[in-house]
Amino acid sequence: MRPARLTVLTAVAAVAALTAVTGCAEKSGAGDGAVKIAASDSACEVSKTEFPAGKVTLEVENKGSKVTEVYVLFPDDRIVAERENIGPGTKASITAEIKAGDYEIACKPGMKGDGIRQKVKATGNGAVEKRSPELDAAVAEYRKYVQEQADQTLPKAQAFADAVKAGDVEAAKKAYAASRIGWERTEPVAESFGDIDPKVDVREDGLEAGQDPAKDWTGWHRLEKALWVDNKIGDDEKKLADTLITDLTDWQKKVGQAEITPTSMANGAKELLDEVASGKVTGEEERYSHTDLVDFKANVEGAQKAYELLKPVAAKNDPALSAELDKQFAAMNTLLDKYRADKNGYEFTSYETVGPDQRKELSDAVSALGEPLSKLAAAVAK
Amino acid sequence: MSDDTNTTGAATADAAGEATGGPSRRAVLGWGGAGLALGAAAAGGTVAALTDTTDAVPAALSGSAVPFHGKHQAGIATAVQDRLHFAAFDVKTKDRAELVQLLKDWTRAAERMTAGLPVGEGAVGGLPQAPPDDTGEALGLKPSRLTLTVGFGPGLFAKDRFGLEGRRPEALIDLEAFPGDNLDPAKSGGDLCVQACADDPQVAVHAIRQLARIGFGKTAVRWSQLGFGKTSSTTPDEQTPRNMMGFKDGTRNISGTDTAALDKHVWVADEAKDGSAWMAGGSYLVARRIRMNIEIWDRTPLQEQEDIFGRDKAEGAPVGKSKERDEPFLKAMKPEAHVRLAHPDTNNGATILRRGYSFTDGTDGLGRLDAGLFFLAYQRDVRKGFVPIQRNLAKSDVLNEYIQHVSSAVFAIPPGVRDKDDWWGRALFA
Repeated sequence: MRPARLTVLTAVAAVAALTAVTGCAEKSGAGDGAVKIAASDSACEVSKTEFPAGKVTLEVENKGSKVTEVYVLFPDDRIVAERENIGPGTKASITAEIKAGDYEIACKPGMKGDGIRQKVKATGNGAVEKRSPELDAAVAEYRKYVQEQADQTLPKAQAFADAVKAGDVEAAKKAYAASRIGWERTEPVAESFGDIDPKVDVREDGLEAGQDPAKDWTGWHRLEKALWVDNKIGDDEKKLADTLITDLTDWQKKVGQAEITPTSMANGAKELLDEVASGKVTGEEERYSHTDLVDFKANVEGAQKAYELLKPVAAKNDPALSAELDKQFAAMNTLLDKYRADKNGYEFTSYETVGPDQRKELSDAVSALGEPLSKLAAAVAK
Repeated sequence: MSDDTNTTGAATADAAGEATGGPSRRAVLGWGGAGLALGAAAAGGTVAALTDTTDAVPAALSGSAVPFHGKHQAGIATAVQDRLHFAAFDVKTKDRAELVQLLKDWTRAAERMTAGLPVGEGAVGGLPQAPPDDTGEALGLKPSRLTLTVGFGPGLFAKDRFGLEGRRPEALIDLEAFPGDNLDPAKSGGDLCVQACADDPQVAVHAIRQLARIGFGKTAVRWSQLGFGKTSSTTPDEQTPRNMMGFKDGTRNISGTDTAALDKHVWVADEAKDGSAWMAGGSYLVARRIRMNIEIWDRTPLQEQEDIFGRDKAEGAPVGKSKERDEPFLKAMKPEAHVRLAHPDTNNGATILRRGYSFTDGTDGLGRLDAGLFFLAYQRDVRKGFVPIQRNLAKSDVLNEYIQHVSSAVFAIPPGVRDKDDWWGRALFA
């Protein structure tokens, strides 16, 4: 997990916003149809609380003195769209595909807290993005996959938590990496529930200013440090094991409701490779346990799953790209297999023993796969 | 680090200027327009529109384009630009057709970038859901005399690789180990290289970044080097730049307009006999990262510094002479002076065209300036150019106490891309 990263959803929203700014796409409806939001340090005024569903443009003006951010939220706080870092005195626009239903708009002056909320409603059956049945099937399949991953993760995480609670350092170490696989396979979706990721997967250096590692650091990596650096389990760790299960159960419940579109699936696959490139190949993610290659493999598997589901459409729209992706996924997997004796297992070489030349080779393979993968969304959107 | 490697003087360049009906000597004084003309003359023999303007516009602002097509690749005899980004690549693909396609793709991208255009569909205006073809950091910048020069390393000709083993030129040797070398293998060698020179560093970095991106999966960047403050010039009428030791370096470099010297020392002739006819019009490049022990040098007395180089620090005049361009009297110098050992007269006439740049990569872990010279030498045959000179220098040069060669690579530089249908290395893969 990287702090302040773009989630799948915000990535889509940011792209949409850019479209509106550059004016290169079709008419964005930024004229009279736009919903104007006047954000200040103490208010979040929305020009209309009811608007037609479909492609909606929100024009935000920050009239306050603090940097703010604006969210469109489902009633259960899932994010539809967001825009961060809107400076005092500046304007920004957010374009999002919004279905009929009830929503909340939240302005967060200072980019903190729950924000100042306004209830809004999208009405009618406005033209929601047209999708092919093939892509609808891909999304449905992927949603199923994501749920399965969460369902399979819980028992493994429970085994890990039980070992921690029993004070069994060795058993906990053995169960650690396996408990993360399902999460790592579906990380972009998991991250779309903004609050779960920082609870379960933050690293010590990902804490925000003012947060105290002793009090505010929770999740896998805190336990990783206790197991591999301190080599002991205290009462705090035992409690944290329970907290981890609580948070993962929350994730398991929510994950089926994530907003998933064909392009967010494609960009999510690319983001999994980004995760590998920024955290795993450098050995930062699992700096104590050195189980980075397990996460690495899981990230690649998750990306490959999304790709395979989109492939029927991608192969039609851009056969050269899908041929390249087939080739690079195969090369990546062959390379990773060098680091595990059992091709069906998840016992990988400790990343500590992977030398600079080998890391360079892995990094080159990540670039070779990540670059074409970044073009998958375009192939799907054509 | 080899000064005075040219036997020809400024007079020849003047003569060439007169002969082409070019600008007055004054107008050639290093402004952008003249640089373009010299580059064009060197690159393809087509002299672009010459103006005799004397407006003093800094090169990066005038930002003209150097023609990409020509008999020789631009970026060798072209008037040296202010900045460098040099990158060496490993070829990852095993497929010859894929390598050929990459070289075609690179050529098309280079044509666009050297003209100041973004690659592919550009940086903006494409599909909003996908990253653009061009990364965009050069949008709005002028071509800045960008040149892109490609080279082929020895590894490309290895047996059972791309079927090129019979086409490796004899002149493309594996360099011997020179005394004092401390080479980092991770920052040496490479199957391909691209030298990007421009008057604006952003333009040079942008160009390498686009080519690296196009190459992912087929190639991987092995190492790269940024350079600034050209340490030699191929336009002898310009002031000779100083290196990081404070000395004028490369006073007697081959002029980019001295076609006779270029033909004799730099360009590969047409009549190759060893299966390397594809190299006609090309050249050979030796790249060396030369780290300077800056702090130690700075504690060296002025007289000793001048004795080490064999030139004075203020004017750059050879020992016993008063002007920088006075013919050096080698015997007046200490036997182990740098200029004396590097001079063609000491090396049976061995002459190279230098295109070096200073570099500073911050400081090392001990707080010492990680700086020096990124040495780029072009020659017709490495065995007759760099090797004898470096043997001589490595053995005796007193400068060795203050420098260390830490990275090394050698490349065959194929001839220029003739036109829109041609591509880098076509003759090699034909």
